[in-house]
Amino acid sequence: MNGVHDMGGMHGHGPIAPEQDEPLWHAPWEARMFGMRRGGTFPPGFNIDRWRHVRELIPPYLYLVRSYYDHWYMSYVAALLHSGMATREEIKSGHAAPGTAKRNDAMRPDQVWKTQKTGGVFARAIETPPLFAIGQRVRARNINPTGHTRVPRYVRGKVGVVQLHHGGHVLPDSNAHLQGEAPEHLYTVAFSMRELWGPEASPRDEALADLWESYLEPA
Amino acid sequence: MSQHDHAHEDSAAIAHHHDIHSELPSDPALRVKALESLLTEKGLVDPATVDAWVETYESRIGPRNGAKVVAKAWVDPDYKRRLLSDATKAIGELDMLGNQGQHMVALVNTPEIHNLVVCTLCSCYPLPVLGLPPVWYKSAPYRSRAVLDPRGVLKEFGLELPEHVKIRVWDSTAEVRYLVVPERPAGTERLSEEQLAALVTRDSMIGVAKVKA
Repeated sequence: MNGVHDMGGMHGHGPIAPEQDEPLWHAPWEARMFGMRRGGTFPPGFNIDRWRHVRELIPPYLYLVRSYYDHWYMSYVAALLHSGMATREEIKSGHAAPGTAKRNDAMRPDQVWKTQKTGGVFARAIETPPLFAIGQRVRARNINPTGHTRVPRYVRGKVGVVQLHHGGHVLPDSNAHLQGEAPEHLYTVAFSMRELWGPEASPRDEALADLWESYLEPA
Repeated sequence: MSQHDHAHEDSAAIAHHHDIHSELPSDPALRVKALESLLTEKGLVDPATVDAWVETYESRIGPRNGAKVVAKAWVDPDYKRRLLSDATKAIGELDMLGNQGQHMVALVNTPEIHNLVVCTLCSCYPLPVLGLPPVWYKSAPYRSRAVLDPRGVLKEFGLELPEHVKIRVWDSTAEVRYLVVPERPAGTERLSEEQLAALVTRDSMIGVAKVKA
């Protein structure tokens, strides 16, 4: 979707202003929200791509003013409401509706380290040979899907050179909508700044993006 | 119905629920506390598991991990070669892979090439080697301008690079995670691997700073 989350190339967001000696958390609730995201129960089939999509569906006027871990709160709540795992009344009151059966399958503390070490593997064996080779010129297709995608607007229609090939990886566009992992070859494509931003851009600098095969066409 | 139509319907269904936020308190501390109470009552969260995740990222995972990788690459040319040809394997040798860092690529900064990492679409970051990202990395100013004006962005971090240096900005749009191996500073020839690791900063492994001796 062409959402506010797709920020590459925008002006007007102000200075970066890195904080000196930044603490890990700016308030205790941030740590609790982080731990709930990592260790809480999500709807069946929920995955990282769906998480990112739910986050990018936060309306722009809230996305831009709410802090990072507040995005996590909003996304978790949206996932719970959408799946029926919680109701609006429950979210508002902080208490389960009378008569709710308590589940007993939440992640336990002794499962945390193993989850951290083994989770998040997205490479998949894929039998089709890659369409593109390292060094080949490719164009990022000019596509504008309304669902989740990971081809940023600033590279669409632009020509670059395949820099790396990563083999098969889970396709977010499908996985985010619980339509299967649909793995495709994943490439890193290098775009010159002049191709992306015009003749006034640096003649030697580059931006590189990780792009799935169906995002690309020969150039 | 096409796959895109289904995706559109699905998006609309999830998005519908964001309108609850007009009915909730603005203070996130109150909302998050209520959420943890609710999920604990429902058996969807074990508060001790939340504690364990927080503890893990406070004490076991952080930029000290990445600094060890960098220092090893500085002192051990064989390791550096392995890191550059297959970072996932080389970082796995040190048992530093994990969630949001299972597919790694190492980028070496040199006097000619300077690498910089961003995630323009969200906040992708190599958690197992760098820990949790700083606020600026996740914020709109950095995400919007790193790919558009990296030289201007680096100046805001106090790093001005000569024109002849080629800047490569790596936008983490997939599940590949990038670790910058900064240049080893001059005058550190006598330092041990451990002493070198102590010099390596988080910012230098994102690419917004150099390592100082």
